[in-house]
Amino acid sequence: MACFIVPTTEAIVTTIAAKCVKKHEAAAPAADPDAIPFSEKLGWLNKLLWGGSALLAFEHVWHGEVTPFFPFLTAAADAADRAEMLHEMATSGVAMALLVTAVWGCMCAAVSRMQKRKKQAIPMQAEVQS
Amino acid sequence: MTLLLTCFAAIVATVIWYTNEKARQLKIGTLCLMYWGASLMWLVDAVAEYLELRAEFFTPAAEDMLNDSYLGLSVVALGLVIWLAIVLVKDPKGTVHAAILKKHNG
Repeated sequence: MACFIVPTTEAIVTTIAAKCVKKHEAAAPAADPDAIPFSEKLGWLNKLLWGGSALLAFEHVWHGEVTPFFPFLTAAADAADRAEMLHEMATSGVAMALLVTAVWGCMCAAVSRMQKRKKQAIPMQAEVQS
Repeated sequence: MTLLLTCFAAIVATVIWYTNEKARQLKIGTLCLMYWGASLMWLVDAVAEYLELRAEFFTPAAEDMLNDSYLGLSVVALGLVIWLAIVLVKDPKGTVHAAILKKHNG
C-alpha cells in the first residue's frame, strides 16, 4: 500500500547525514588514509534505500496504489484503508528499512574486518622479507 | 516472480561488477545496490505474504504470475534506465562532455 514510504524517509535522513559527515571529514582528514570514509559507506546505504524505494514505488504505481493527484495514495482516501495502510507501514515498511540497514551493517563490518586483516598482513610480510 | 527476477538481475549485476573493471568505472556498483535494495524489500513483502497465505503462496494463479513477470521485467528495465541516467549525468569517462564540446567547437 505505502510500505516504501518508510525506507524512503530513512533514505532522506541518511542522505542528509552523509552530506554532513562528508563535510566533517573534509574539515578533519582521517588518521588512516587507506580506510574507506564513513560518508562513502553511508553512500552504499543511500543507494540501497533510494534504489529499492524507487523500484518499490514503481510497483505501487503499477498496482494503482499511487496516483499523480492528491492524496497520492489511494488508500489514504478512505479511513478503513488508511488504518490498514498505516499498519502495513508499521510492519512491512519498518521491517524493510531494518533489513536493508542490517545488511548494510554486515557489509560495513565485513569491509572493516578485511581492512584490519590487510593491515595486519603488511607488517608480517615486511618481517618475513627482512 | 518480481522478487525472483530482481534477485537474478542483482546477481548478474554483481557478477559483472566483480569481474569487469570497465563496468566498475561505469558505476555498475550503483545498479547492484539498487537491485539488491529492491530485492531485500520484496523479500520482506514475500515473507509477509507467506505468513498470510501459507502454502497458497507457492501456487499462484497463472494470470498473477504473468502479471508479476511483466512487472519484474519492467522493474529491471527501470533500474537500467535509472543507472543509464546516472552514468550520463556523472559522465565518468567524460564521453558526454567531449561530445558536447566537439559539437560546440565543430
